[in-house]
Amino acid sequence: MAIIEMNNLWKEYGDQVVLERLNAEVQEGEFVTLVGASGCGKTTFLKMLLGTESPTRGELLLDGAPIPDQPDETRGIVFQRYSVLPHLSALENVMLADELHRHKLIGRAFGGKRKALKDAAMAMLESVGLTQAAGKFPHELSGGMQQRLAIAQALMKRPRILLLDEPFGALDPGIRRDMHHLVLDLWREQGLTIFMVTHDLAEGFYLGTRLWVFDKTRLDPQAPGAYGARITYDLPVGDCDKGTLTAIQEQADATARTMA
Amino acid sequence: MKKLINRQPGRVATWALGLLPFALLLVVYLLASDARLEANPNDKLLPAFSAMGDAIQRMAFEPSKRSGEYLLWADTLASLTRLAIGVGISALMGLVFGIVTGTLPYARAGLSPLITGLSLVPPMAILPILFILFGLGELAKVMLIIIGITPFLIRDLQQRAREIPAEQVIKMQTLGANTWQIILRLVWPQIMPRLISAVRLSLGSAWLFLIAAEAIAATEGLGYRIFLVRRYLSMDVILPYVLWITLLAFAIDFLLARYSRWRYPWFHGSH
Repeated sequence: MAIIEMNNLWKEYGDQVVLERLNAEVQEGEFVTLVGASGCGKTTFLKMLLGTESPTRGELLLDGAPIPDQPDETRGIVFQRYSVLPHLSALENVMLADELHRHKLIGRAFGGKRKALKDAAMAMLESVGLTQAAGKFPHELSGGMQQRLAIAQALMKRPRILLLDEPFGALDPGIRRDMHHLVLDLWREQGLTIFMVTHDLAEGFYLGTRLWVFDKTRLDPQAPGAYGARITYDLPVGDCDKGTLTAIQEQADATARTMA
Repeated sequence: MKKLINRQPGRVATWALGLLPFALLLVVYLLASDARLEANPNDKLLPAFSAMGDAIQRMAFEPSKRSGEYLLWADTLASLTRLAIGVGISALMGLVFGIVTGTLPYARAGLSPLITGLSLVPPMAILPILFILFGLGELAKVMLIIIGITPFLIRDLQQRAREIPAEQVIKMQTLGANTWQIILRLVWPQIMPRLISAVRLSLGSAWLFLIAAEAIAATEGLGYRIFLVRRYLSMDVILPYVLWITLLAFAIDFLLARYSRWRYPWFHGSH
């Protein structure tokens, strides 16, 4: 069975249609990259997966049941900013998931139990290359290190679905490439299903297994909000040639200009 | 020639410029005091520093002829105790209600209008009510501080709690946290340094309410003493007392700031 399924999914705010008639299935273990112009509902779609927004019409199913309408541990998330907790050290950030799970009342572990959780957290920090930074606070880390920490923190909960909302948007190109390798490695190792929103079309083109382009097929320049975006391309990554990339880029640019 | 707006004083110049107004004030006082004492050696309005020194000696280092107490220290202890109890209880209430109303929309809907309403009541206007309800003892004076600063603390901390990025609240939920755990591991620790900032801001008002309450009904305390000796125009006591209160206020503020930097480095590092 598909892990995520959409049946005629719509999202509207008043008379502004953001998404319309979405139909798709995603199997467990897929790595879906979402691209498109700003305002085409990529992030809105991710929020529906997360549970902070709910569909206006149609169905969004997780394992065949309507997706929970609030965030929970089945879906991990890494945002572009504010993903890690500033008042905890890197190690404490990564330990948090286990501490919350084991100690419902105080959400904090002490003594021998803490030692065990610490070892697990250190192993995770090592896998994202942050062993040296374990004792540092997030503000002492670079942007790339913060995002690696956020990924490590989310993965400690072993979510089935990992949502990435432009996680590398604020990073330097070199660091971005490192992060791509890291994400791909972790995805393969842990058998995650990943949805990643990105502004960077090229990033979407070679990262992951599947590319979704969100775009408006109907566009009224007098009322950009009258029609919603749909998934205009649903491509297996690796199948697309340079011509497709250019075509998608041109269409997305045209939409962006009309909506601006 | 650099424009004035682009010119920065060096280290020494900054200190010198900072101390200059104090020195000028001192000189002006000395000149004025000398001039008045020259005209009338019994003048009480601008006492000489020697007279103030005598007064400090009398108040701080000699037991009072009437009670045997060292008045300055007894007054200081009484005032600081009231201030600590009042500010402590206010901070605790600010923390609890600020977190609850800032975090839980239902609590905010139920309590915010009341807290906003209460914060608009001028505390000094209900001082008589406090004296009627709580008598003239310690409780009324502490209550005035509490009523004076608690609404501000609650409203400020509610706002600070709401400013915690939604991303972090969502993140906690994806890590499996329930509401209680979100409060305990996210909101509370992040609010603590902001509580210290809010308390530092409210200390000025707290001193105001303390001295006002002591001036009206007390048998000891810094505010009581100032208003008592006012009857004898004892500027030689009042001025050192005012300086002492200022120094205490500065020291408390300084210690809180230092504590916050030491205890919450992440808060000061990222701001």
